[in-house]
Amino acid sequence: MARGIKDKVAILGMGCSRFGERWESGAEELMVEAYEEALLDAGIDGSQLDAAWFSTHYEEINVGKGGLPLATALRLPNIAVTRVENFCASGSEAFRGAVYAVASGACDIALALGVEKLKDTGYGGLPGSLGGTLNAQWAATGSAPGNFAQLASAYRAKHGVSRDDLKRALAHISVKSHANGAKNDKAHLRKPITEEQALSAPMIAEPLGLFDCCGVSDGAAACIVTTPEIAKQLGKERIVTVKALQLSLSNGSEAGHNSWDGSYFHTTRIAARKAYEEAGIKKPREEVSMFECHDCFSVTELVTMEDLQLSAEGGAITDVLDGFYDADGTIPCQIDGGLKCFGHPIGASGIRMLYEMYLQLSHRAGPRQLEAPRIGMTHNLGGSPMSNVAAVCIIGAAE
Amino acid sequence: MAGISAFGAYVPRLRLARSAIAAAHQWSDPSFKGKGKGERAIANWDEDAITMAVEAARDCLAHGAAPGPEAGASLDALYLASTTLPFADRQNAGIVATALSLDGQRRTLDITGAQRAGTTALLEALQAVSGPHSNQALVVGTDKRQAKAASAGELAYGDGAAALLVEEGEGLLTFLAGVTETADFVDHFRGAGDAFDYTWEERWIRDEGISQIVPEAVNAVLAKAGVEASAIDHFIFPSTIGRAADGVAKSVGIKAEALADNLSATLGECGTAHALVMLSHLLEGGLKPGALVLVAAFGQGCDALLFRATEAAATPQGTLGVRGHLALGKTSDNYMQYLAFNDLVTLEKGMRAERDDYKTALSVTYRKRDMLLALEGGKCTQCGTLQFPRTDICVNPQCGAHHTQEPHSFRDSKASVLTWSADYLTYIPNPPSHYGMITFEDGGRFMTDFTDVDVGELDVGTPVKMMFRIKSSDRLRGFVRYFWKAVPQRGQDA
Repeated sequence: MARGIKDKVAILGMGCSRFGERWESGAEELMVEAYEEALLDAGIDGSQLDAAWFSTHYEEINVGKGGLPLATALRLPNIAVTRVENFCASGSEAFRGAVYAVASGACDIALALGVEKLKDTGYGGLPGSLGGTLNAQWAATGSAPGNFAQLASAYRAKHGVSRDDLKRALAHISVKSHANGAKNDKAHLRKPITEEQALSAPMIAEPLGLFDCCGVSDGAAACIVTTPEIAKQLGKERIVTVKALQLSLSNGSEAGHNSWDGSYFHTTRIAARKAYEEAGIKKPREEVSMFECHDCFSVTELVTMEDLQLSAEGGAITDVLDGFYDADGTIPCQIDGGLKCFGHPIGASGIRMLYEMYLQLSHRAGPRQLEAPRIGMTHNLGGSPMSNVAAVCIIGAAE
Repeated sequence: MAGISAFGAYVPRLRLARSAIAAAHQWSDPSFKGKGKGERAIANWDEDAITMAVEAARDCLAHGAAPGPEAGASLDALYLASTTLPFADRQNAGIVATALSLDGQRRTLDITGAQRAGTTALLEALQAVSGPHSNQALVVGTDKRQAKAASAGELAYGDGAAALLVEEGEGLLTFLAGVTETADFVDHFRGAGDAFDYTWEERWIRDEGISQIVPEAVNAVLAKAGVEASAIDHFIFPSTIGRAADGVAKSVGIKAEALADNLSATLGECGTAHALVMLSHLLEGGLKPGALVLVAAFGQGCDALLFRATEAAATPQGTLGVRGHLALGKTSDNYMQYLAFNDLVTLEKGMRAERDDYKTALSVTYRKRDMLLALEGGKCTQCGTLQFPRTDICVNPQCGAHHTQEPHSFRDSKASVLTWSADYLTYIPNPPSHYGMITFEDGGRFMTDFTDVDVGELDVGTPVKMMFRIKSSDRLRGFVRYFWKAVPQRGQDA
């Protein structure tokens, strides 16, 4: 049995650019913005980095292939830079690379940086991609909202939920994230909305309206990791360590075998179970202080509450409407606004989630600081409900 | 001896009310006022001559000599007749054959170039089956004709297809004689590469063409079979020109009541397919044993074929056929949608329509032809799990056996909706884009596009069937990709 990652790696510094429609900035400027903040927080300079992991998804409309865009933008000291891509979970993948490098002892200090420059396409939403020469010839037409909206039909059928009740819970999720995002000066969307606004928004993909969809944003996020010992030597206080880091990928069974009912994320359940085990968490609903989940769409957040074992199966709607996940609730979720309002620059999002958990654990979250959080969790998902990459990461105060 | 032993047809679900066409053009031509009667079939954006041919062939084979998954296995030829085939150089009949799992050692032919191509194909097949080199052949006529806005064709045409199974023996209709009269009479033409027909004056076509050439062929076939014109019970002669069929019947002595319904009120004229569509329609109603059926079609000459109904024709097996498809129609007065589907208006489609990833890897198309065209997946011989696509390693998490799958087509399998959405964001010519996961009754599933679906019609559990459709078109290179989509089961179809 593997011994796991718990407490082997510490976060030395983090940085995050302002997210949003950054018309004035390209990916290079966004990378530098996040990197400079991370360096400052870590109290090191670039020459102390041993290796870097770089995540970005849409290379075609962004920076191109390989690790060179990061190495060049940051003028890194000719160290190894590995570009990783794992759909919207790419940021978590970059973090995993850097964390594993430090845990192995091969590196003392490593950088993970994710960036996405999306607002150079001329239209809203994400560009389509067909995924290869064969898929292009048969895979169903689709957009991200349409793929994730499928969850709603299956969830309603499985739990006997009316469309109105579901829509109300989804609206609450978005209203909550807008309220949280309003307190975050780096967030893309900073205006609170009402339930009525959410419910009456234009339809994007049945039953998801405009406010059920996250922002399409430009941004970058960075994380510098090292060992807890080195962090201490460098004078780091309130050291935050990695407790668990798990990834689970679909193998085609949801898409091709009749054992999956379409209402949940098979991979998230597996990654969460393994992550709790790795972190030594027995009762997630009692032990997790706060989390950032992959709320690309409101319905994704709803079913993920159950997949993360925080709400009972079929119980997420009640928990959501009861305010269990609100900023003043039992387990605050998307306290920084989430993908919904902080924004979703794809390659950066996994690291952005960690940024908020890290700020909260470091008691540096400003007006949205929670009271004494101990364990923060991120859930970063890429792909579609029937075929995806689920990453679950848990961080907390060093023991 | 050769005969027609099975028949089938396909008519697209959408019907455009002619009143909508007439209303749109009255401002420029007041004569449209009186032309708004009835409706015509129009193809959905993802249908063309090939997709309709596949569906008509399936309708025919489902009730043919060997229904079931092996339908058509004993065919030795497939004739595809049309003047609107999507490929000028790539055999269209080969696509239809592959979609039906009928590729391999069979003759496949595209027969085209004139409005009588449907009857020419039928005659060729009957003559081949009468000889020693062929035993059973499928003849499919199909057309989706483009007509300019405000043209006579826009009102008169209908999109559709029909298929006839021809084999040795007397069948439902026994072939008695056939004649072809060739005459380079250019009533209309369409130059290679041109989108639209150029048509000469109707009175000249009727008086100098049809009235002269058709009787020659009809009289010749009657003489060949030794049959009197007055003995003909059913006369099939498609023409969009008013009273052309009546005129021919009268001039050769065929009784007026023998004229078969040309379906102009409900379907429109399906080009090369129309004689076969009318014949299928006639057969569906059942024929008196011994009834004489004369089929003729005009186009740079005339084909004339004479048949006699057998006992079996009295109670034909039920196919969906022309009648079934007509009953499933959805009437629309959305003329603008018709224009959009047929590229007759320049619409702003938005940047999402500007995809540049439509170039098709032809090597993949060939390697995966059974998957893409025949909807062939796999069945694991170890655990029995049906799956799509077929892969080297079984998808069943409890199995995972390597190299155990044998081919299994999902083409005719019943399925139902597991998940769905109606997507207003994705570009599609007929928004919203409906897609979702379907599960097959006997196992297997995949995420599919839905087509011919109304907003609000889908729900979890809705029964669907698979249909062959255009997946996407590469306008830059002139290539069309085909795949299968799910369509809700409706009415007598269910």
